[in-house]
Amino acid sequence: MEELLNIFVKSIFIDNMIFAYFLGMCSYLAVSRTVNTSVGLGFAVIFVLGFTVPINFLLENYILGRGALSWLGPQFAAVDLSFLTFIMFIAIIAAMVQLVEMIIEKLSPTLYSSLGIFLPLIAVNCAILGGSLFMQERNYANISEAISFGLGSGVGWFLAIVGIAAIREKIRYSNVPAPLRGLGITFIITGLMGIAFMSFMGIEL
Amino acid sequence: MSENNSMPKESLLSPRNKKLLTDPLGKDNPINVQVLGICSVLAITVQLRTSLVMAISVVAVMGFANVIISLLRSTIPPRIRIIVQLTVIASLVILVDQILKAFVYDISRQLSVFVGLIITNCIIMGRLEAFALNNKPWPSFLDGIGNAAGYGWVLLAVGFFREVFGSGTLMGYAVIPQFLYDIGYEDNGLMILPPMALITVGIIIWVQRYKDRRLIDIS
Repeated sequence: MEELLNIFVKSIFIDNMIFAYFLGMCSYLAVSRTVNTSVGLGFAVIFVLGFTVPINFLLENYILGRGALSWLGPQFAAVDLSFLTFIMFIAIIAAMVQLVEMIIEKLSPTLYSSLGIFLPLIAVNCAILGGSLFMQERNYANISEAISFGLGSGVGWFLAIVGIAAIREKIRYSNVPAPLRGLGITFIITGLMGIAFMSFMGIEL
Repeated sequence: MSENNSMPKESLLSPRNKKLLTDPLGKDNPINVQVLGICSVLAITVQLRTSLVMAISVVAVMGFANVIISLLRSTIPPRIRIIVQLTVIASLVILVDQILKAFVYDISRQLSVFVGLIITNCIIMGRLEAFALNNKPWPSFLDGIGNAAGYGWVLLAVGFFREVFGSGTLMGYAVIPQFLYDIGYEDNGLMILPPMALITVGIIIWVQRYKDRRLIDIS
């Protein structure tokens, strides 16, 4: 249990998707103009990461990895399909995004209409594929660790985009040099936020 | 249809095609102006060498992906075009990944997940959607190479500054002369850390927009 909490907190603050690895920057920069829309996108990312990371974990451990097919029989023990990782992961992500979209539409039409346009965009958000690839690289031991990593990364991304959106709403009233307005200042603020987040480095639970 | 008829007569590097190649380098740059494909610019630019390998990989993937999608453009059903595009890009990235692993293994280790993340690089998807789906293979190829080169030079610029000021080397060779260290010069450790990549790109954008005032964001 402690280990799970450790992974969760670590993936929110220390290995933050935006500030430590810059994943999902495109939508982070494009959608962070207002707080409301960024909250919507943030929730959608938590949702999709929470699903895709564990599913890809199962895929990696029972189908793709070296010797992962041994449950089919001893003659499959030497099969190594890891070169197919990218294409399988991205297919799972695209399918999951489609599925999540349909589920939300059925269960909660209000949430669907508020997330609507962002959901399909998530399929090409690097944070989602990045989450699966980091999961693979870090060799998590079991599926609950993968779930807590996925949710933690999603929450970290959510915090980052809501934070920058709040700052951007305020900064509209400040006197920023004209060539720096918009994109330039957003980059620099993100950098400063990243420096602040670096102070979490080295925290062990 | 008139465009289709005139195309064969057009020379391979006509002014229109040349524009496809040069616009993305400056006033239509995918990173500084269109804000696409930021993720990898920031993460792998600690050294010039990794930046160079990444830039070459993206040029290769993007040029070929644009050509393939452009060749298939009349057969792809619009409803499933995204998954077709992702499949094409993912296959090309697998090729690049295997080649990197075979020939430059240590750099491939340093790039870690970021080779795989070329798949979700928004520049590639964006150009496939915006250009290759509606244009012939040769202009699409030029458009892909142009945009990837525009991406590449920003990557190299950021990598250059971060490596020179962060570790005092270029491509692994020391460039800051020893006597500077002797009189008290120190490498700036902050440049190696992730946040400085963002600030470096911010400054590049600042300089570019200062020079070309049309790009200034008025909102």
